[in-house]
Amino acid sequence: MIGVETRKETMVRSSSSKKQKKPKKESSLWWMYLPALAVVSFFILYPFISGIKISFTNWNGFSQTYDYIGFNQYKRMFSDPDTWLVVKNTLLYGLGSTLFQNVIGLMYALLLNQSIRMRSFARTIVYLPVIISPLIMGYIWYFFFAFQGGALNDILILLGIDKINALGDPSINTWLIVFVNTFQFVGIAMIIYLAGLQSISKDFYEAAEIDGASAFQQFRTITLPLLMPSITINMVINIIGGLKLFDVIIALTGGGPGYASQSMSTFMYDLYFNRQDAGYAATQGILMAFIILIISLAALVFFKRKEVEA
Amino acid sequence: MNYMNKRKKIVLSAAALIIGLIHMVPFYILVTTALKAKGDFSSKWVFPDKPAIENFSEAWETANLSSAFYNTSIITVFSALLLIIFGSMAAYPLARRQTKLNKFIFMLFVAIMVIPPLTALVPLYQLVVDIGMMNTHEIAIFNNVAAYMPLAIFLYAGFIRSTIPKELEEAAKIDGASTLGIFFKVVFPLLKPVTASILIISCVYIWNDYQFAIFFLQAEEVKTITVALAGFFGENANRMNLVAAAAIMATLPMVILFLLLQKHFVKGLASGSVKG
Repeated sequence: MIGVETRKETMVRSSSSKKQKKPKKESSLWWMYLPALAVVSFFILYPFISGIKISFTNWNGFSQTYDYIGFNQYKRMFSDPDTWLVVKNTLLYGLGSTLFQNVIGLMYALLLNQSIRMRSFARTIVYLPVIISPLIMGYIWYFFFAFQGGALNDILILLGIDKINALGDPSINTWLIVFVNTFQFVGIAMIIYLAGLQSISKDFYEAAEIDGASAFQQFRTITLPLLMPSITINMVINIIGGLKLFDVIIALTGGGPGYASQSMSTFMYDLYFNRQDAGYAATQGILMAFIILIISLAALVFFKRKEVEA
Repeated sequence: MNYMNKRKKIVLSAAALIIGLIHMVPFYILVTTALKAKGDFSSKWVFPDKPAIENFSEAWETANLSSAFYNTSIITVFSALLLIIFGSMAAYPLARRQTKLNKFIFMLFVAIMVIPPLTALVPLYQLVVDIGMMNTHEIAIFNNVAAYMPLAIFLYAGFIRSTIPKELEEAAKIDGASTLGIFFKVVFPLLKPVTASILIISCVYIWNDYQFAIFFLQAEEVKTITVALAGFFGENANRMNLVAAAAIMATLPMVILFLLLQKHFVKGLASGSVKG
């Protein structure tokens, strides 16, 4: 009720009071963000800082005592072949999914931006997996790729080809994880590109048409440069999402065989809960935060710069 | 695009149809798998003659899904509620009062947004053990609230800055209302669009959460849907039809909500992803 009254009042006064006042010293009203700050400090900031401390110990995760061992965990991390395998997988999941999500998402957006039939059907179905739990999406694809009774092998049997153990083969299963992650989140890329496409004025294309530009030339000189802001957003969110991938891996391969398809998240989980190697797990966590931060910032700066050039 | 001829239009429509159908394949397989009777090892591409509906009730019972639905609902509702109340309250001074302290705090929230909270898994787990909150709804709620709070604040602050006229609050202040009164009676009702987005983002993410839940909710009575399903999958790897039936039931509420409120979902989730 108050809202309505004051709004009327505002209409009248906003025109006249535009320039006159420079308010007296403002108070920060800090008590209003105190609850939010307390929760975030307690459950994110504090653990993050004490994680740095734990990374300098040989703590096993449950005993009361532990020793400070300096940079030993860091030395161990950089000389551990598992670290590099896991970092390599993490980069594949992050950068691979980002590439596919953006290329396919842009293609879908270009198609589904046209006034054609089946447009909203396709958009809905492509977007649907975004709202499903990544763990469950992993299981759904597990039913497809499973060695025993999976839908893929049902086809191979019908064709008289030998069944394949796609999820157990380390040269295939990391790519299947990229595939499933792409399948799940290509809808977000598509939607962001659709919004970007709809914000481009039709006048550009009409002018280009008059100049006799081909469809491809129009795409290269009009669509792509004007889509740069959408590309930046998509790149950054897909990279972050892919680099911290966890659920899909658990559902599809459990990280196996051995460590073959582990990401940094699943590796950390394994070190802590299965190998009681808490100090080392904390060190891996710091490396992971560092990698995500560096790569996403690099992507942000790189694509922002492209936006300016375009 | 207006000059598209008929033939081209048909080809493109067919392409859209094919894309839609391809993306439906895993869901089709999910449904046929869920409807295969026990011991039916026929191809998953063939829809069973006699759909084994009883798989659903069996999966519901053995996976203990009623308890899981209850836990997930409680955690989702309370997390979303706290995110909205504390997130909007926090965003207000951060958007309006550009003091040095507030600028710093805002930057702090933005910085935290980039780092996935689970990189600090080891100390967080230890903290939760130390304060005796293992296997409680509260810890799941706190973790989720902390994880999505920076995003909520970011979205609220952006919305307040760009769309809520300052004069409104000044007018209310002259009327003698308290700061909190002004906020909840004047500002908060105007935040409806962004509140809807944050509600959708937090409900989808928290409902689907597995990463937090798997660490902190291991006891049977607090298991959420995803944790229950993962356990169920581990125990029934040779009975995929039951796992598939459970997976369908686990996703159905969100899918129905999505189909009913599609526009809001798409808009809300898109605004949440624009945090880069």
